[in-house]
Amino acid sequence: MSATLTLLHDGRSDEVAVADPARPAIPADALEATLGWALQPEGLCQGPMCVPVDQDALVGDDGIDLGVFADALQRPLVTDEKHAVAALGASHHDRGEALASLQAPDFTLPDLDGNPHSLSGQRGKKVLLVAYASW
Amino acid sequence: MYEELADEGFTVITVGIERSPEDARPWIEKARPQHPSLIDIEHLVPDLYGMINVPTVVWIDEEGRIARPNDASFASNRFKLLTGLDSKRHLRRLRAWVRGDAPALTPSEVRKHQDLPTAVEQEARAEFTLAWWLSREGHDDDAERHYERAGELAPHDITIRRGSMRTRGLNPMGFAFLKIAIKSALTRTPLYRRIEDSPA
Repeated sequence: MSATLTLLHDGRSDEVAVADPARPAIPADALEATLGWALQPEGLCQGPMCVPVDQDALVGDDGIDLGVFADALQRPLVTDEKHAVAALGASHHDRGEALASLQAPDFTLPDLDGNPHSLSGQRGKKVLLVAYASW
Repeated sequence: MYEELADEGFTVITVGIERSPEDARPWIEKARPQHPSLIDIEHLVPDLYGMINVPTVVWIDEEGRIARPNDASFASNRFKLLTGLDSKRHLRRLRAWVRGDAPALTPSEVRKHQDLPTAVEQEARAEFTLAWWLSREGHDDDAERHYERAGELAPHDITIRRGSMRTRGLNPMGFAFLKIAIKSALTRTPLYRRIEDSPA
């Protein structure tokens, strides 16, 4: 049995083939292509950075268990089985480390006309960042 | 404010935490800002900066470093009675910082005032991401469970709880929000996290 899982992550959405959407697992090459993490003898690696991981738990018959992957990176993974969709959030550790460095996290967002603007495009100016809402 | 300080190497960036650009359009078109007015339907900025309510302001210096972390502040005193936030003091400090008359906070003060995100808050954000995707795909009934779960995980995250009300057919100015406000008062969990001003 095979299904397509919609994986929401890093502000994107990707479709990946899984055997069981309730406990999604994907092949190592799909993990690298989709999430940018490669399975190496040292663990899970992204560029020069590697995170040690229990490879017996991580790799099963269907590929890399996304739940174990998420736990290893301290990222939340929440799923909706009925609609075969999962959201892989950001690690509080990564977010906290970035904020504690005091370097303001960069972002690119559209204006009303759809034109993208980045915080880093304002380098050289003092910036008042204001998050607001109509609600 | 922007017009007054734009020549002094300063800009405002506003980020509307909305369901769609259309929710923000009347506000932006009325204000006709000269500075970037952006729309964030995925709650990216609250996730990156650990924001749990709006309005939240952050001061960022010329090198892109956080000079003053997340602070609740309105642009005017229109909501002062409701929120207890006095915008004038913030604007006075901001003006002094932009003009170079007064420093912002020291790095150690910035660190002291930061509430770094927790694992549970990040899980709530993931539940919100999932719920919001389901809503947009037309599965409102199934989204509800994930909105509720997000609210249980991070009851203090008003950006998620109040920000999802319109999508869920609730009135963010009505009883659903009143319940959150009362609970916050009873548990002494502030709805608006502000940096306590030291005497100027």
